[in-house]
Amino acid sequence: MCVTTRIEVTAVDDPRADQIVHLVRLLGVVGLVACRVSRVYYLQGDLSTEDIDRLSREVLVDPVVDKMIVGSPTPTSHPVVEVAPRPGVTDVEARELERAAAALGLPPVRASTARCYELIGDLDDEAVSAISRQLLANEIVELHSLGTVQPCFDSPASGEAQVNTVKLAGLADADLVRLSREGLLSLDLEEMRAIQDHFEREGRDPTDAELETLAQTWSEHCMHKTFRARIRLEHTKSDGSVAVSSHEGLLAALRRVTEEIAPPWLRSAFDDNAGIVAFDSEFDLAFKVETHNHPSALEPFGGANTGIGGVVRDVMGVSARPIACTNVLCFGPPDPADRELPPGVLHPRRVRDGVVAGIGDYGNKLGLPTVNGAVVYDEGYVANPLVYCGALGLLPSGSHPTEPRAGDRIIAIGGRTGRDGIHGATFSSAGMDEATAEQAGTAVQIGDPITQKGCIEVVEQARDLRLYHAITDCGAGGFSSAVGEMGEHLGAEVDLAGAPLKYAGLEPWEIWLSEAQERMVLAVPSSRVEALRALCEHHGVEMTDLGRFTGTGRLVVGHGDTPVVDLPMEFLHRGVPQKEMVGRWADPVPEPVEMPEVDPARVLLDLLSHPTVASKEAIVRTYDHEVRGGTIGRPFVGVRGDGPGDGAVLKPLGTWRHDAAVALSVGINPRIGRLDPWSMALHAIDEAVRNLVAVGADPARVALLDNFCWGDPTKPDRLGSLVRALEGCLEGARRYRMPFISGKDSLFNEFAGKAIPGTLLISALGLVPDLHRAVSSAFTRAGSDLWLVGDPSDRLGGSLVDDLLGICDRRVPPTLGKPLERYVAVHRLIADGSVTAAHDVSDGGVAVAIAEMAIGGRLGVEATVPMAGSGGVLTALTNEAAGRLLLESPPARRDHLAARLGPLGRRIGVVTGSSSIEIAVGGRAEPQPVNGEPVSIDLDAAVRAFTGRGAGS
Amino acid sequence: MTPPPILILHAPGTNRDAEAAVAVELAGGDPRIVSMTDFRAGAASISDFAGLVLPGGFSYGDALGAGVRLALELRTWLFEELANAVRSGRPVLGICNGFQALLKSGLLGETSGPEGRRGVTLTDNANGRFECRWVTLRVEPVFGSGWLASLSGMKIRCPVAHGEGRVAVSDAQVIGILESERRIAFRYLSEDGRDGRDRLAGGLYPANPNGSVGDIAGLCDATGAVVGLMPHPEDHVVDWQRPGGPPGARGLPLFKAFVDAAR
Repeated sequence: MCVTTRIEVTAVDDPRADQIVHLVRLLGVVGLVACRVSRVYYLQGDLSTEDIDRLSREVLVDPVVDKMIVGSPTPTSHPVVEVAPRPGVTDVEARELERAAAALGLPPVRASTARCYELIGDLDDEAVSAISRQLLANEIVELHSLGTVQPCFDSPASGEAQVNTVKLAGLADADLVRLSREGLLSLDLEEMRAIQDHFEREGRDPTDAELETLAQTWSEHCMHKTFRARIRLEHTKSDGSVAVSSHEGLLAALRRVTEEIAPPWLRSAFDDNAGIVAFDSEFDLAFKVETHNHPSALEPFGGANTGIGGVVRDVMGVSARPIACTNVLCFGPPDPADRELPPGVLHPRRVRDGVVAGIGDYGNKLGLPTVNGAVVYDEGYVANPLVYCGALGLLPSGSHPTEPRAGDRIIAIGGRTGRDGIHGATFSSAGMDEATAEQAGTAVQIGDPITQKGCIEVVEQARDLRLYHAITDCGAGGFSSAVGEMGEHLGAEVDLAGAPLKYAGLEPWEIWLSEAQERMVLAVPSSRVEALRALCEHHGVEMTDLGRFTGTGRLVVGHGDTPVVDLPMEFLHRGVPQKEMVGRWADPVPEPVEMPEVDPARVLLDLLSHPTVASKEAIVRTYDHEVRGGTIGRPFVGVRGDGPGDGAVLKPLGTWRHDAAVALSVGINPRIGRLDPWSMALHAIDEAVRNLVAVGADPARVALLDNFCWGDPTKPDRLGSLVRALEGCLEGARRYRMPFISGKDSLFNEFAGKAIPGTLLISALGLVPDLHRAVSSAFTRAGSDLWLVGDPSDRLGGSLVDDLLGICDRRVPPTLGKPLERYVAVHRLIADGSVTAAHDVSDGGVAVAIAEMAIGGRLGVEATVPMAGSGGVLTALTNEAAGRLLLESPPARRDHLAARLGPLGRRIGVVTGSSSIEIAVGGRAEPQPVNGEPVSIDLDAAVRAFTGRGAGS
Repeated sequence: MTPPPILILHAPGTNRDAEAAVAVELAGGDPRIVSMTDFRAGAASISDFAGLVLPGGFSYGDALGAGVRLALELRTWLFEELANAVRSGRPVLGICNGFQALLKSGLLGETSGPEGRRGVTLTDNANGRFECRWVTLRVEPVFGSGWLASLSGMKIRCPVAHGEGRVAVSDAQVIGILESERRIAFRYLSEDGRDGRDRLAGGLYPANPNGSVGDIAGLCDATGAVVGLMPHPEDHVVDWQRPGGPPGARGLPLFKAFVDAAR
């Protein structure tokens, strides 16, 4: 037994210490005066004092800022809490320390790390416990202890080949259901029966691995059973009439509409891990958006961290070099005071901080700019946050091979396999409750971006050297899904005994099903295996030969000589019974609303400081949005870099010889969805398109992605809403002539039977023909004209002002019948240089949008916005009608804009050199009589409301 | 004129290598991205190159602190070769993670604090967060023979993107030593130069984005051959990369001076 040495290193002015004091105060725990944060390293090995001294000096201690203690911690009268990763949880720091010791030529060392917090102040046991649980440690992935923790050292070993048989034959229905529930299989009775029948025909019972393989492959998460189901929708309209329709597969319907539009630049839609469109004559773009909601609810950092990791691997899975990330986050309101939360639910602020840190950590370390997204705050997300993660990739046209051949080796590259992530797919295919955290512990993981970075380099070079016939990522279901999907038409033979493991004791089914991160699977012809191995060694990436694709049509998995799985591919992929489901939706019946008596100027400032509108700098500046040197349209714009950007514009490295650029944007509005999910879809598409057009993208070159996050689809109201939203997507694709190229659904976003508001995210990918003509939302020059494109609406349903003031209008603004005309006109004006700034009108309405342009440019404005039907001043200022854009343009171009826009747009004002934002409300014609005094707010006040800080800074 | 071969050193987790290569190429150099693996295996040699760039990223995940593992690799495998290269006047430029590694490896010169230990370091940003934003730098008057000397007083606008970019010193005297040895190569300027005069950031966020002492954004060694800085001049080499504002203040002249010194 080796000696364990404890080394504690404290930085003298660690900013984390102050942050903890601040966050403890926000928790409502009083008495903490200061905090000392230390890094703790436990070393096991035959190390001399000189060895330890050398290791400390070389890698553990910075002589300028660190103090070190070797051995027992210094006694203190204050409570000390130590937090360490649980056994099996990724600990990159420990691994790098072991490698550093080896690099120094020291004797072999096992390392384990912890963080130590000395809580200085007057705290009782309860307070220390609250701080530990609610702030310092997450018990799902971390251990915490008063004093020092018991360090754990993983030991290298191979798995134990124990395969168990699960008795299915003769089980009654109730027993089948119980087996599914207790085994976390998330299979329903019909599916369990289909499995029982299959093995009855085979004349045996399944192994644990076979049952698990079927459960993962057939999970909602992997198979999208709801999106393949036959659905009967009963739609009650607001006049009481009922329309009944039937759907033979939602996914197929989306595919059909894409095939209908079939633009020549479309390369791949829905077939691959990501959608692919042409960029220029040489390169294609791949885009994918995923969700990682369930894990992020339990372990926000790890959940979001691996969410980014997973979607980036999706893009690698179509042979693309990842070049950018996006994310859209939906959280409960971050109330400053602690609040009543259901047991088992993390505080929304903790969820937010963890998710944001997790996203930044992964994207930043991969060297990918995080360029676009949104943050939505709503009560509906308190127990179920939504974390949408997107990735964009670039690949030479036609360079992605997709046909594995019989005889190809099955090669895994990247991270090692552990128990982490087991049951991730099935866990995401059920609702959550208080007990979920305990059951799902292993489903949540921490990422290791540097291992994935190595895989990115390997995959790109392997692609260029044509070393593989097919590639896919190890996502939900791990090897089981990756090999099962890639070998669907061939069959495969796998030996798990050679799979490199993180630690001992994994059973074969666990190796097979583990969703450990940072792994890719490739089909490699035997003749290229050594070339791939050399490439992997060059980049320090581990590579394993798992077996071969066969041509037998069977999936045969063993662990050495022990059989583990033997399933026909046909049954695995097509044996799941098609579901028959029922959805119901009733449109709300409009009721007369009463507008509150409010000061419009006050409302405008309140909207600007509303968390959904206000600047997201505190979040977004922790993401690197500049790496790769191609970010043109940024998250923040204007003279001080604090105005809101509408969409991202990117110039990919390697494509600098021409002027075309890529644009990305999103549209999301769950508030509309509560009232009318069909309209939500059209509004979300419109918002995404407005955002793209506003930065200079061509509306004729836009591809869309859908991401549906809903509750339990077996409940007809949830499903009804989902189907209505999908019908909206179909209609939107046709009206906008924009194909869906990829999509994903995340269902069962429920906690203790309460569902999230059905939330559709639309992500859009477009092209900016000339990057020099890309514009931002910030005013550029006093004296410019301000134009408004599009008409207002007197319906406030789903608007932010409705939510803010509790107006309860149930009528949502109408959707656009012919949207493209205006977007084509605006695009032409931007492309010919007539527009110096453009901004989309969305959350908060036109007054907020005008104020945002003024904030970005630090310029004043005088404008007169049109009345909205029967609504008053407040409605005119804050309605969120579809299809509206604000344009800044030089007066010299006035006639040109008037001619191009015709009745689609009107000149509403002028950018001024003053320091005030003045918005009047007038009639529909221009120039128009002013309706009362203009609403006037000080530019500085607007900046303060929007940014939360002084205007001078 | 033959473009001089410039090494862009790649370690696992390096990620701004491609941009650095673009900058070097636009500046007239011949960038070659070569991995640490090749140096360890003896397949590449520092003497093959006329200049060396250590680009940004998270080498080895920065799991033991920014640049610490890479610094160890440099000391273990390349120290003598690098020291020779520096002695022969070949320019070395470390950006962000490359700066962190250079400083922590001792290649930027041992600035003695108490007991002869390194007296200057790069550590956590004062706000405790990763921070990405555009800043304005000024090239400070450095040692006369250094390749930066001709750029003295020039301004560069470019982004920072780092979590551990705060220059900290073991005691106040170290600043005096750095100043007297003319080793402060870059400082953060206030954005607020209304009267036309440069003004230092004065430690104030966000112009000084990380709380660096003396608004220091970059350092050089006593010879001026080895230069390191936290911000990313390689991300502003053409005009369209700039988020508005007046033209100029690009990072390209820095790379031109670097490549010229490598000739």
